[in-house]
Amino acid sequence: MTRLHAQDVTLGYEGRTVARDLAVAIPDDSFTVIVGPNACGKSTLLAALARVLAPTAGTVVLDGASIASYRSKEVARRLGLLPQTATAPGGITVGDLVARGRYPHQQLLKQWSDADEAAVAEAMTLTNVADLAPRLVDELSGGQRQRVWLAMALAQETPILLLDEPTTYLDIAHQVDVLELCARLHGDLGRTLVAVLHDLNQAARYATHLIALGPGGVVAAEGPPAEVLTEELVTDVYGLACRVVPDPETGTPMVVPRRPLRSREASADGVVRADG
Amino acid sequence: MVVDAPSSGQAPPGQRTGPPGVAGSATRAVGLLALVGIALLVLLVSIGIGSRDIGLAQSWSLLWGDPGGMAGDTSGTEAAIVRDLRVPRGLLALAVGAALGVSGAVMQGLSRNPLADPGLLGVNAGASALVVVAIGVFGVGTITGYVWFGLVGAALAMFVVHLLGATGRSSGTPERLVLAGSAVTAVLIALVNAALVLTPSTFDAFRFWNLGSLSGRRLDVLLTVAPFLAVGIVGALAMARALDTLALGDRAGQALGLDVERTRVLAGAVVTVLAGAATAAVGPIAFLGLAVPHVVRGIVGPTHRWLLPYTAVLGAIVLLVADVVGRVVAPPGEIQVGVTTAVLGVPVFVALCRRRRLVGV
Amino acid sequence: MSGATGPGLVTGRLVRLAGGRVSVRVGPRSVAVGAVAAAVVLVGAVVSMTTGEFPLTLAEVGETLVGQGSRATEFVVLTLRLPRLLLAIGVGAALAVSGAVLQSLSRNVLGSPDVIGFTTGASTGALVAIIVLGAGTLGTSVGALVGGLVTALFVVALAAGRGTQGLRMVLIGIGIGAALLAVNSWLITTAQLQTAVDAQAWLLGDLGNRGWPQVVALGVVLVLLLPVLFGWARRLALLELGDRPAGALGVDVGRTRTVLLLGAVGLAAASVAAAGPIPFLALAAPQIARSLTRAATPVLLPSALVGAALLVVSDLAVTRLFAPVPLPVGIATGLVGGLYLVALLVRLWRGSPT
Repeated sequence: MTRLHAQDVTLGYEGRTVARDLAVAIPDDSFTVIVGPNACGKSTLLAALARVLAPTAGTVVLDGASIASYRSKEVARRLGLLPQTATAPGGITVGDLVARGRYPHQQLLKQWSDADEAAVAEAMTLTNVADLAPRLVDELSGGQRQRVWLAMALAQETPILLLDEPTTYLDIAHQVDVLELCARLHGDLGRTLVAVLHDLNQAARYATHLIALGPGGVVAAEGPPAEVLTEELVTDVYGLACRVVPDPETGTPMVVPRRPLRSREASADGVVRADG
Repeated sequence: MVVDAPSSGQAPPGQRTGPPGVAGSATRAVGLLALVGIALLVLLVSIGIGSRDIGLAQSWSLLWGDPGGMAGDTSGTEAAIVRDLRVPRGLLALAVGAALGVSGAVMQGLSRNPLADPGLLGVNAGASALVVVAIGVFGVGTITGYVWFGLVGAALAMFVVHLLGATGRSSGTPERLVLAGSAVTAVLIALVNAALVLTPSTFDAFRFWNLGSLSGRRLDVLLTVAPFLAVGIVGALAMARALDTLALGDRAGQALGLDVERTRVLAGAVVTVLAGAATAAVGPIAFLGLAVPHVVRGIVGPTHRWLLPYTAVLGAIVLLVADVVGRVVAPPGEIQVGVTTAVLGVPVFVALCRRRRLVGV
Repeated sequence: MSGATGPGLVTGRLVRLAGGRVSVRVGPRSVAVGAVAAAVVLVGAVVSMTTGEFPLTLAEVGETLVGQGSRATEFVVLTLRLPRLLLAIGVGAALAVSGAVLQSLSRNVLGSPDVIGFTTGASTGALVAIIVLGAGTLGTSVGALVGGLVTALFVVALAAGRGTQGLRMVLIGIGIGAALLAVNSWLITTAQLQTAVDAQAWLLGDLGNRGWPQVVALGVVLVLLLPVLFGWARRLALLELGDRPAGALGVDVGRTRTVLLLGAVGLAAASVAAAGPIPFLALAAPQIARSLTRAATPVLLPSALVGAALLVVSDLAVTRLFAPVPLPVGIATGLVGGLYLVALLVRLWRGSPT
């Protein structure tokens, strides 16, 4: 069963096609992770799924109807998006920015209800930015800012949440924090999550459903990470020779890149070559 | 010491792939030479065209001061027309066009703002203000008389803008200069307008200066501004590499060993000299400094080593062609070059804005 | 009102009415700034109605307004002073809101209607009316309206279809504006001196020699457009986050942009038609309002009030301080606006490192 899927969509910008005839279904109640090399159309696909980019052909279907047929606010009450490029207006406080996530639930004469207050408070607690509420977004570090944007998307309280590289700018501890939070949103709160991630090992660890996009925007493989993430796939999609071993902590597949033969000999001699 | 990999700085878009059709330095150099040739050809045509048409060959011989090529007994008059009126006018158009184009390119590189135009630094307003003073207070009535006032006015306005932009702890960032320029411009324009509205006779003289025009500019105007233009253009070309480095951002520039502050001051001085002298000579000509560098960036990419010379030559050609067109379209009168540059330049500029992905500076 | 509480997480105060069915967030600073600006407008109104060549008492003005004045006071109050005052308020508010919306849409301070060619186009229309067609005041207004709207449609059409980025629209607008400016200067050189002087005076922006037709026309436009723009202001704030985030929050980006753009252009064209291209107001009033309220969002209502206050005070200054010389108000707004910006920049840059 799927509430959200893309039917043979062709995606692109101003005449440049990024992906052609792409068919992707997001399983309900899954934590779906999309991986793939740079410029293969991951973010574009996510944007199309969230209706912020119109496909040049094909349709995105949400709850049985074309997503383009919904009113914008209705879509925004069902699915949220954390985009990669967002600019905070100068001089805005953290609390106010997170509160913007409540827009789809508000009306002109009903701008702030108790539900709004509760949703914002919860989103900020979950992302660990509650203490930052009165601070200016301009003053925050990159990592703090990323968590604030995540809080904004959470405050939207949508059953489906799309996250475009939510771990960018974060140090490894905060990356794990965010992914654990996603796992909790999925597991305890029953939300359907779709995230674009770069780290294959994190993807394998947290995803219940993995979609690997290859160069040129084609689906190279999809399914449970344990079945999908193989040495052949990584070589196929990234052109990287690797070994896949069980993660010592979770048992999920772990990708360990091989070194090119020459470099391996060099390290064995204890010499680091400058010319690479 | 932090060394950024080139890709992590603000790599100027377009440099990586390079525009199609222009392969290497050799092609670019040939293209530049071709442009110079076109400029010379346009100069010859411009000498020939006017209320008295003169052939190309005759123009060529007259240009070198040889009246022997002329047939008929009107040769004395024609030689005089060419030597005293059309040759200085054509040369002035080339020089001013080159200066405006280069000042625009430097200004855009300096401010990393594709909207930057020397006019934003208060040049036109400063020149206008002192020309009004010249007309209204000193009763100056000749174009040569305006030149020095325009020059001083432009320099004063730029000085105030830079002073204002350098207030406070960190000085002279590009955004500040543009803001300071618009503030100073607003004040000066208001004063100019007040003066004009109170004295219609001043307004009557000023309204013709206020529209950039080459008509009536003789050799003395050219000789007055030529040293400034020459120094400015040579200075700009000498700064090409520094501007390229600055385009990567202040931090990346510093990491590459550039004295960012000094580069800014020098580049600002170059823009002041070029735009100030050009405006003093022919009045305000909007748009050329803004548009020509954009067109050139579409041809040779954002590297200043090529951008600046191409801009100089193309700017010269554009201004001269605009002048010739203005002389031809509405005989027996002529349309001022300020109007024709704008009207001819806008379609090109708009098409460029639409066709290309906007190239930042 | 069932009470105002200050939520801890978000800024501003919450006003709840009708048992929570209506709840509105207001910034205390916005209210204060708006109130002060409104007070300035009010004081300016009183001064402008009572002082001048024929000083009147407040009582005399009041009597005249309810139809009990003498013929002389009726002429002074109803024909000379009241339309001029109303026009100052209306034009100030219209330009300020137009500037606030356009600056926000283009995410660029330079994106105000006077920079991106709309007011220059209106001027071209007016100059053609004055110089080529020999039109009077009303004809000039029509010319300005047509010129402004045509220019705006032209700029928007040229910028559209390729992803309506703010920067592209600003660039094309500046280009078109530069060309029209040259055309304007040229039109002025073609005219007889007296016509040219009239045209130049119109170009400076003035509230003199206008009457009730202009007031009524501008009033209709304001009544139609202001509520629409105020209603869509929250969407405008979301658009400032970027097109994708706004879309993800349920804003119909394309339609919102179109509606706001048309509204802002309509206001700018109508105000230029009524009073000529008054400089700096559209650029400065929203900036002043935003820095005074310290709001992170476009503040349309405070901007409108600040704009109205600025123009009322400027008009008072030129008519009372320099009387009997008839200086156009545009000179005052340019001078005051420019000096204000200089002062603001100096203060700002003294304090902060960037």
